[in-house]
Amino acid sequence: MAVKKRGQTFVYSNPPHIVAHASIVGPEESRGPYGEYFDLHCSDTKCGKDSWEKGEEQMAADAVNLSMDKASVSAADVDFLLGGDLLNQIITSDFVARDQDIPFLGLYSACATLVEGLLLGAGLMDGGFADCVVAFASSHYQTAERQYRTPLEYGVQYPPYKQFTVTAAGSYVLGWTGGGVWITHGTLGKVMDLGVSDPNDLGSAMAPAAAELILQHFSDLKRGIVDYDLILTGDLGKSGIKMLTVLLEEKGILLSDKLMDCGAEIFGGEKKYGAGGSGVGASAAFVGSVIIPRLISGELERVLLVGTGALLSTITVKQSETIPGISHGVVIEKLPGG
Amino acid sequence: MKNINKTKDEYKEIVKNEQPVVEKGRNVLRAFLVGGGICLFGQILWDLYLYLFDLSKQDAGTLATITMIFLGGLLTGLDIYDELGQFAGAGSLVPVTGFANSMVSPALEYKQEGFIMGIGANLFSIAGPVLTYGMVSAFIIGALKNIFGG
Repeated sequence: MAVKKRGQTFVYSNPPHIVAHASIVGPEESRGPYGEYFDLHCSDTKCGKDSWEKGEEQMAADAVNLSMDKASVSAADVDFLLGGDLLNQIITSDFVARDQDIPFLGLYSACATLVEGLLLGAGLMDGGFADCVVAFASSHYQTAERQYRTPLEYGVQYPPYKQFTVTAAGSYVLGWTGGGVWITHGTLGKVMDLGVSDPNDLGSAMAPAAAELILQHFSDLKRGIVDYDLILTGDLGKSGIKMLTVLLEEKGILLSDKLMDCGAEIFGGEKKYGAGGSGVGASAAFVGSVIIPRLISGELERVLLVGTGALLSTITVKQSETIPGISHGVVIEKLPGG
Repeated sequence: MKNINKTKDEYKEIVKNEQPVVEKGRNVLRAFLVGGGICLFGQILWDLYLYLFDLSKQDAGTLATITMIFLGGLLTGLDIYDELGQFAGAGSLVPVTGFANSMVSPALEYKQEGFIMGIGANLFSIAGPVLTYGMVSAFIIGALKNIFGG
């Protein structure tokens, strides 16, 4: 019997700790308001390699290696490697795993991939299948843009609600001891599609999935907004969080100042970036480098991290299909007495 | 049973209300100014070539077009044309400089996949539809002219 599940929510009886985290960001993210929070910075988007794809691979690999160094674990200590990115065949993560002597599970939920990794990694540990898991994710402006849209230098005008893919990677080591926070719950979301078909408007495509997930999480655990210090979405952008706010207000949930979005934050208020950042690298870097330190310092005690992914296919969009959204959530808490 | 039970139409209404507005009036004005500016510059070049060199009107026009294509390509390579496009929209997309941008930008983008499978295979990835339907309509007009035009 599924004794650790309430509704769609995993209740970890032995919550795994986030023992260590490492992040790496590209040049524009380095110049953003949170630039100095991240561990490593690439001064060029190819990271010294000869293609953007190799640059992204290098960034993700650096994040994984640094997180394992910080946690003082070697490949032999890690039971499973979980990772994903935005490219076809999640090829960046596949290449990162190629160089690691660790069994690998490739994941794809677009920008919700990091949360999917944390949620499953914690599940593998709590289920007794692992003692140490590494979960990572990456995204890259140039590699994503050329796969999903048009060449970078093409002079097409983007609407103000378009988000810009963040060039970043983050890696999390889950273990039983150390670190200052742990993952106590994970909620798996359903795919939602309310008919958004504009590939420049992914915030609107994802917002219903995020609203659905938050409502489900609250109902599964009989909790409300008062039980959380922060609802952190990754990444609805400045436009998508408005839709989320409206959808939840209709259900009587007022997020007010407890709502934050990784993508909307990472570039600050710069107009150039439209509705802000997107891409799983944003939450992968931001959560570990900005939010977890706030949990450790006691500024925050309990955060619901809501990963939101737009399941965009370049082929089906051309066939006038709509864009489904997915959302997963994990609860990250300050360790009691930590 | 899902928690959010909105119909697509209901949600469309929310999106419409909450989304930042695309300022169409402003875009039209910018497109007019930049597009008109590009065309004016082309005309100035044309007249200048006529004045400077001993050329027929048609040759001077061709030379002006070639110069504009060169400048469109150059500004694309200098990372300026896409910024101009974000500002001007269709204003920089429609003139011949925009066509140069649509050819040079894939060339820059795909050079890392090599000359054959990269640049060669993708050079027309944006301009392709324009060329295809340009040729198709030219064929139809030509055929009609031959049949009815005598």
